[in-house]
Formats: sequence, C-alpha cells, structure tokens
Amino acid sequence: MAISFEIPERVVQEQQMAMALAQGVMRPQARRLDEDEHARPVDFIQMIWPVLRDQQKRQLDKLLAPPDPNKPKREGPGITYLRMMVQVEALSWGDAGQYLCMPSALLAGSAIEAVGTPEQKERFLRRFAEGDDPKWGAMAMTEPNAGSDTKAIETTAVLDPETREWVLNGEKIFITGGGLALNESNGLVVVWATVDKSAGRAGMKPFVVEARTPGVIVTKAEIKHGIRASDTVAVSFQNARIPYDHLLGDPEVRAIDEGGTKGFKGAMATFDASRPLVAAGALGVGRAALEFVREKLIEAGIDIPYDRPYHKLSAIQRDVLEMEAQLKAAYLLTLRAISLLDHGQRNSLEASMAKAKAGKAVTWVTQKAVEILGMMGYNREWLAEKWMRDARINDIYEGTGQINLLIVARRILDYSSRELN
Amino acid sequence: MVSFTPTDEQRMLVEAIHRYAELDVRPIAHEADEAASIPDAVIRTGWEIGLIPASLPEEYGGFGQREALTGVLAAEELAWGDLAVALKVMAPALVAYPVLMFGTEAQKRDLLPRFCEDYSPMTAALTEPGLFFDPLAMQTTATAEDGQFVLNGAKANVPLAAEAETILVYAREAGGEVGAYLVDRQQAGIAVGEREKLMGIRGLETYPLTLDGVRVDQARRLGGEAGIRFGLIQNYAHVALAALAVGVARASAEYARAYAKQRVQFGVPIATKQAIAFMLAEAAIEVDAARLMVWEAAWKLDQGQEATREATLARQYAANAALTVTDAGVQTLGGYGFIREYPVERWLRNARGFAMFSGLAMV
Repeated sequence: MAISFEIPERVVQEQQMAMALAQGVMRPQARRLDEDEHARPVDFIQMIWPVLRDQQKRQLDKLLAPPDPNKPKREGPGITYLRMMVQVEALSWGDAGQYLCMPSALLAGSAIEAVGTPEQKERFLRRFAEGDDPKWGAMAMTEPNAGSDTKAIETTAVLDPETREWVLNGEKIFITGGGLALNESNGLVVVWATVDKSAGRAGMKPFVVEARTPGVIVTKAEIKHGIRASDTVAVSFQNARIPYDHLLGDPEVRAIDEGGTKGFKGAMATFDASRPLVAAGALGVGRAALEFVREKLIEAGIDIPYDRPYHKLSAIQRDVLEMEAQLKAAYLLTLRAISLLDHGQRNSLEASMAKAKAGKAVTWVTQKAVEILGMMGYNREWLAEKWMRDARINDIYEGTGQINLLIVARRILDYSSRELN
Repeated sequence: MVSFTPTDEQRMLVEAIHRYAELDVRPIAHEADEAASIPDAVIRTGWEIGLIPASLPEEYGGFGQREALTGVLAAEELAWGDLAVALKVMAPALVAYPVLMFGTEAQKRDLLPRFCEDYSPMTAALTEPGLFFDPLAMQTTATAEDGQFVLNGAKANVPLAAEAETILVYAREAGGEVGAYLVDRQQAGIAVGEREKLMGIRGLETYPLTLDGVRVDQARRLGGEAGIRFGLIQNYAHVALAALAVGVARASAEYARAYAKQRVQFGVPIATKQAIAFMLAEAAIEVDAARLMVWEAAWKLDQGQEATREATLARQYAANAALTVTDAGVQTLGGYGFIREYPVERWLRNARGFAMFSGLAMV
C-alpha cells in the first residue's frame, strides 16, 4: 500500500450523477420544503427510489448469496462506503432535509444487517429491493428520558407465553423517517426495548415493528430548527404485539439469561458506518454554504488568494480560508474513517473523530457564512440561513459532539466507559 | 484508490527516525534549548539516517528519489523529537531540493554530491526583517549588471548563516519575479549579523544578513536562464513546515495524555475528568486532521498536480493546530506545564513560530 487520495473514476462519475440530482431536483424544492415543514419531497423520492432499490437489491443479493468456493475472493479494498460517502455528501449539498427522506432501509437496515439472521435479512430487507412503491426503514432508540444514555431506555418487550408474541409498551422519540416507515409505506422500524430492566444493556434487544401494526401510533411530527423536510416523529407503543421471530438476531442475541450484550454491541458497531456517513452529510451542507459565499464574494470583486501572507488578507478572506481549512480537515477525517471501512478495518476511533470534527466544523462554517453574507445571509430568499439551521443537527444526532469526544477520549486513553464517563 | 497506509519503506524510515528522536534527540532537547546549542554529535547522527541522499538520484551520488510524502513523514517524526534539531538536520535541504528541482545540469553536478557526504551546513535566506514580510514583494533585489547579478538587501532568520558555505539567497528581479542565487558566504558584500535570540527553536542558530552589492555570476542564478518557479518551492516549504508542526503537536498531545493518566488529584487520575479528557480528545483529532491535510498536499505535489491551495491550507491549519494543541498540553500539566524542566512549555514556544516561519524547511 501507499498513501493515496485518488478517488476512483467510477466514484467520481457517481458523484457527478448525484450532484446532477441534487442540483436539478433537490435545490429547486429546498426552500419550499423548508417553509412547508411536513410536506414530502415527492420529486426527489420518485427520482431516487428506482436507483436506491436497484442498489439495495444488488447489496442484498450479495449479502445473502451462499459462499461460492469457486469464486475467487476479491483482492484488495472495496469502494462500497466511499460511494456512499460521495453520494450522501452530494445529496446533502442539494438539501439535507430531503436527503434524510431517502426511501431505503436506512438505520433499520444497518441494524438488521449487523445482527439479523440470514432469514431475517431476506424477510425484512427484500421489500427495499423491489417494487414500484418506495419504502422506508427507521430506527427507534431515543426516548424522552434516554438520549445519549441509551441504556436508560424504558420501553419494554414482554413475551406473552400463550401467543408467543412480544408485547411492546413505551414512548420513542426523534425517529427519523418514522412516519414514512410506519404510515406512508410498507416499511418497518427497528425498535430497541428492554426485556429485562435489571439486566441493563444485556436486556436491550432490537425488534422489527412492521408498518401499520396495531398499538403502534405516530403521536407527533416534530417541528424543527433545521432539516425540516426530514420526517422526525414520536411513536407510542401501546400493547403492540410483535411476532416472536421479529426479535432480531441469532439465539445468542436473543438469550437474555446469559447476560450477553451482543445485540447492543451490534447496534453500537453500526455507528462505525453511520457516523462517517453523518459526517459526509454535514460536509455537503458545509460545502453548499462555502460555495455560495465564494460565489457572492467573487461577484463583489473579492477573490480568495492562497499565496498571500496574513497581513495582506482582509478579515473576510481569512474567514473564508479558515472555513475552507476546517471543511477540508473534516472531509479528510471522514475520508479516512470511510476508507478504513472499505479496507475491512476497525474504525470506531476514526469514525468518532470524523463525526465530532464534521459536526462542529460545519456548524461553525455555516454560521460564519450567514455572518459574512450579512442581511443577505439572514434573508430567507437565499439558502444560507437554511444551511446554518440544517447544519446544526450534525453535532447532535448519531452521538452528540460530546459523546463522540468521550469515545475518542476513552480510546486514546485506553479507558473503559466505567473509568471515563 | 484511497489509502492511508504508508509504504513499507516509509514505515521503516519513520521507525529509524523515531528511534533517533527518542534515544538521541529527546534526552538533549531541554539542555540544547537552555544552552542554545545542539551537540554536533546529535546532528551528525541525524544526518547519517541519510534523508537527503535517499532523495537524490544515483547520478548525483544519492540512492533514491525525492518524494514529498516521504519527506513529510520524516519531518513529523524529527520534529516529534525536537523542532530545533529537526530544522538543523534538515537545513541542507533548503539548498539541495531547490537545486534538484530547478538547477542547471552544471549546478546539480557541482552541488548535489556534497549532500551525500558528511553534514555540512548550507542554508537559504528568504525572510526579511521588520513588519509585514511578503515573499511576493521582497525588498532584496537582484539587478543585472555587466553580465552579472548584483544583490542588495537585508535578510533575517537565516539558519546557520555564520557557518554555511553556500547560501541560497532569494531576491526580487527586474521583472518582479523571485529568483534564487547561490552565494558563497565569504563573498564581498555579505555581512552576517549577530545571532538572533528567539522565543523558541533556541538550539538553532539563526542570523540576520545584509547583502551590499554582492556580485553573482550568471551561472550561479539557480536554474540559469530558466530560473525557478518560486511558488512551487513555497508549496514544498509550506508542506514541510506543516509536517513539522504536526510533529510538535503530536509530541505535546502524547505527553499530556500520559501525564493526565498518572497525575492523581481528588483521588483519581485527572484524565478521568471530562474537562481534561475532552482537551486530550480534541488534541488527538486536531493532530490527525492536520496530518491528513499535510499528507494530501504532499501527495498532490508528488502527483505533479497544482497544490498551492492544499499546501497553504495545510500550513495554516497545522500552524493553528500546533498552537492550540501545545497550549492544551501546558494547561493539562497545570503549574508543572509552566516549569521549563517539563517539555510542554518548550513545545508551546516552538509551536508559536509556525504561523510566521518562512524559508526554514523544505521536503
């Protein structure tokens, strides 16, 4: 190996295609969907569903294909995650809110892939790989009293020995795509519930809840600071009955009396992929803001030189250079976390570094963009103020900046969560 | 294909430098800073690693090929040991690499083999005294006269100027372009001033220099008729300084981490407190981010691509990161951080320089 930043031609082409969609389909609707908060990005969903469906079909078929001893194992690293990174970045550049309405298995898919049995993968994920109507998957972990502290969840799953069904009770909030998954498509939600509160993490299990299950009620569509086009809901589980085999995983994951935490660890491992992808989404918003600022500055006759000393730069030029540097730093940390995934290497540390950096950098970059643009930045006629609001979530969801710093700190200090909390 | 894994050769080189930095450099770093002098033996040992010969082609006495990526890996590791030592060991590169890049065949044949022998100090004079130095609006001039060039002006922060045989002087030419001239220190018109006293990098000797009607033959204009591409030299210099900044930052981040794990207050190691742990985590992120920016810029240079943007941003980012990370290092050590027997205050003094260092390093 050698250090290289060469993005394969094929990935560059896919990025250009995603950018065309972002520019042609998402941007024209971005303002309207921000103002009309709970409207759906119909154009985007229709355009991207067939693409995502076929992508998901290829992935699922590959995932479920029996190992062929005659087929030589692919040599070297893949580009699966790199492709996702550039796609997510480009679509978020188009509109981060619309991007989050992408019809796909999303985080539910990651959980099912991480801990589901092959049979469950086929049963639950096939729908995302076929049909004319788009579907959504979602993940329900957060509760009113359990945010970063996931082990504090109070939603319960009790096995009814007579019907061999799980009975779910509790409240879940901040479910991205929850309404789309449960009420507007033949989708599903992976719900984390405890089967034994005294067992802590070992008692936490993932259950697949199908759309339109009785006792599963979308109680609220949140109104938000940014990413308003994104569907964020609260769901109440009121004696919702779930078939026994909707508990995800092999018997080890299901076992509650062994005190195993494999299910929970499985969920945590999905963060290794989701965090760099959230970072990628953040980068797209940051790039949108930076490009807009540069464009407006150039129109005003202000260039951004790279070969001039500090004292010959205006305050605005310094700001823009710093915005660019911060974005580049976040981009490279993200690229590294993604590349490790493609090389099949562990990346928990690098994933949290990328997420912490990108969330913070893009929040700052977009806030700065509004400042530089003055009242034009503040005016809803342009998108700068929207990007600032859209960016803010990236330092919050999928682990706040502080939670990710905590993870980085534990790893570099070689501390357990008990030692550093 | 994207990859963040150095080659085996690069890894071996970094390991060799790390051993040197740990065993030879770190033990003398404090005393060298206090005494403002680095033991010759330490510089010789560092020179014997052979960084420059490994970057020169065989026809000029070397045994390899110059790569910016290899250069930045080496620079980080050297600076992890000590910045003043790193700058002194690498100082001959200030002449070697511009000559390799732009020298005429005669200039290469004359000069490059010297870098494959024992350490002999060579240096470049770029920075100028006073406020607001701008490399693109230099005050030092080179004027054509009677088939020669005449250099006039004042320079500052010239490393090793009192002992270097050859000084590569950068000067503004008639057309406004920057040219570089190979000057013999003994030449008439050159006056090396009193050694400068700096806040950091105190082990490295730097001097002001005045050039008063210094006459240089045409054959000593770097690149002959064709001259140089100053912007490209600057890009390599930015990347080199950025890599050194990463090394200084990393030294501090690692030291603070280890200290915080063993320093007990309130009955527990201070690293178990989020206020400390978060500083250490941020430092780790900033060091990595800066390093990746350096690598990207170096990679672009190696690909022969335009890299002014990447080199400048890497330089700016790494300089800032070095300052904040070394500052956090001092803060982590508290009162001890302020005591010179602990290295973190030295690293903070050294790190402060990266925002203004110019022409001090090259990969």
